[in-house]
Amino acid sequence: MRTLSLDTATVLAAGDAGEHRVLIISLFVAFVLATLGITIWAGRQTKDATDFYAGGRSFTGFQNGLAISGDYMSAASFLGIAGAIALFGYDGFLYSIGFLVAWLIALLLVAEPLRNSGRFTMGDVLAFRMRQRPVRTAAGVSTIVVSIFYLLAQMAGAGALVALLLGITSEAGKISIVILVGIMMILYVAIGGMKGTTWVQMIKAVLLIAGTLLITALVMFKFNWNISSLLGAAAENSGKGAAFLEPGLKYGVSSMTKIDFISLGLALVLGTAGLPHILIRFYTVPTAKVARKSVNWAIGIIGGFYLMTIALGFGAAALLKQETIIESNAAGNTAAPLLAQEVGGGAGSAGGAILLAVISAVAFATILAVVAGLTLASSSSFAHDLYVNVIRKGNASEKEEVRAARLSTIGIGGAAIFLGVFARDLNVAFLVALAFAVAASANLPTILYSLFWKRFTTQGALWSIYGGLASSVLLVLFSPVVSGAPSAMFPDVDFHWFPLANPGLVSIPLGFLLGWIGTLVSKEQPNIDKYAELEVRSLTGTHAH
Amino acid sequence: MDTASPPPQGNDYTQRAALGAVAYREAQESAEFADLRHAHRSFAFPLTIAFVTWYLLYVLLSIYAGGFMGTKLVGNINVAFVLGVAQFVSTFLIAWWYSRHAESKLDPKADAIKARLEGQA
Repeated sequence: MRTLSLDTATVLAAGDAGEHRVLIISLFVAFVLATLGITIWAGRQTKDATDFYAGGRSFTGFQNGLAISGDYMSAASFLGIAGAIALFGYDGFLYSIGFLVAWLIALLLVAEPLRNSGRFTMGDVLAFRMRQRPVRTAAGVSTIVVSIFYLLAQMAGAGALVALLLGITSEAGKISIVILVGIMMILYVAIGGMKGTTWVQMIKAVLLIAGTLLITALVMFKFNWNISSLLGAAAENSGKGAAFLEPGLKYGVSSMTKIDFISLGLALVLGTAGLPHILIRFYTVPTAKVARKSVNWAIGIIGGFYLMTIALGFGAAALLKQETIIESNAAGNTAAPLLAQEVGGGAGSAGGAILLAVISAVAFATILAVVAGLTLASSSSFAHDLYVNVIRKGNASEKEEVRAARLSTIGIGGAAIFLGVFARDLNVAFLVALAFAVAASANLPTILYSLFWKRFTTQGALWSIYGGLASSVLLVLFSPVVSGAPSAMFPDVDFHWFPLANPGLVSIPLGFLLGWIGTLVSKEQPNIDKYAELEVRSLTGTHAH
Repeated sequence: MDTASPPPQGNDYTQRAALGAVAYREAQESAEFADLRHAHRSFAFPLTIAFVTWYLLYVLLSIYAGGFMGTKLVGNINVAFVLGVAQFVSTFLIAWWYSRHAESKLDPKADAIKARLEGQA
């Protein structure tokens, strides 16, 4: 999971990026100006709460499918998976699969009932049949924790990554990049709301797919469109032979890394349908049927993208020296940009420089689109769940609610910038896996019980949310990713006792178990009238928003 | 969608019922709703268990059956690669299969109940 950690901040291919910095920066600026223009346009169209939180529910299935893909495919999956395949072969590919299969849970069990019964946030559905204030609070806390963890990993990674792509090595330079990314995401969300954010994500998805298609085609062309010869060349050039195409190089090192991967795989496959920034995207379409269509588009786009990362990763392994990849970045994060340079004609060629710049700009767009989605999810939940429904007990005007959402965007964005600057030199890449683990342990059990289990009570909901959340966070706090290992967040101290980097294997069953026990031992009866309403509305779309 | 909703009381729609509790209870207990619920659950629940199991089986094979997974089938393509691509294929197929089921078996039932209830309101 160290996909975004940047141990050696060496410049891409020895100063090469420096020469072409002007081109890369021009593409960054073009993207920033274009998206800011759209954001201002979207801001003018954003009048009420439905516009701000849900983009007016006016997007088509294809548009939302694109935006979901843009929200989901982070720089970690674009650069990280390609890099992991380039360095570890098959195990990098294995890692990508959980991210795709997970969408079936969203499709079969979550997207449509959520769209039918909720309004703006995950908390709308979780609190539907429960006592409002405690469950809203729990849902808000969980939403904000998951989104902030994910956001921090992206922000800290963004500083290092963009610095690497631009060849910036000074601390002041890296800090400025984190601040710049933070200001951009605040502007997108505070001004453009869900409409602006959706358009940024759609544009990013198109750029990412186009860039990946181009590199994939160039790689496959070099191998006469023959996968077997691409794999053979990758195995040979990697120096690891057939083992490069077999499982084990990354996750098969010891019995503990094996169990750790099972734990990670479980969190990936069960976590996606509990990620608040993904769930709120289902509210941006007019009906549950369109929500279903948008998930289908997302599955097609994301699946196609991960299939292309096979060509990128094995292509990098086949065409670049392993030392070149590792020298540029020990985690392999620059394998894709380096490959782009190689297939464009190599270092020093105009084609190579152009492709390198294009892929760097795509990575930059990727970071901005994902952090905007996360900022929107956390500020929506803060304003709608915590401020309006808990603090104001549901008695706030729509105008006040939208203002609160815009202000919390600035507040949460500001806090993320501050923490991102502080965390930029710490290895916080594990926070992405932790976000998935919390989503799978706290959010998914509560969503499924709420929708499908008649007896589920407020106490059950609170136990599963807080139990899943606390167990994931505590287990990670006492795991080797935080202390006691050279690659830990704090490598110089050791207070770890939990052996796994990923808590899912323990925390996910615990979250489900606590929701069940909490319900069985609760003194209050379930609210059967509200469950009747939730069940009927969630399955039929009666009086959906 | 919002136009179909009754005027708001307080800001949060989820806190009030568009229809009375009795209407929802009756709808929930109706035979046609039981039919819809069954059509959804009997399809989605077993299929979910099946694809999660299939994914975990693939992960376990990758982790604990390296020798088998490394068996070469055609050229440099081995069992591990084929099973990995099979996960993509099965994901696409299940998405297509569910959507077809939903369009033919779930949507007509759901639409009928929705039309009846919204006519009632």
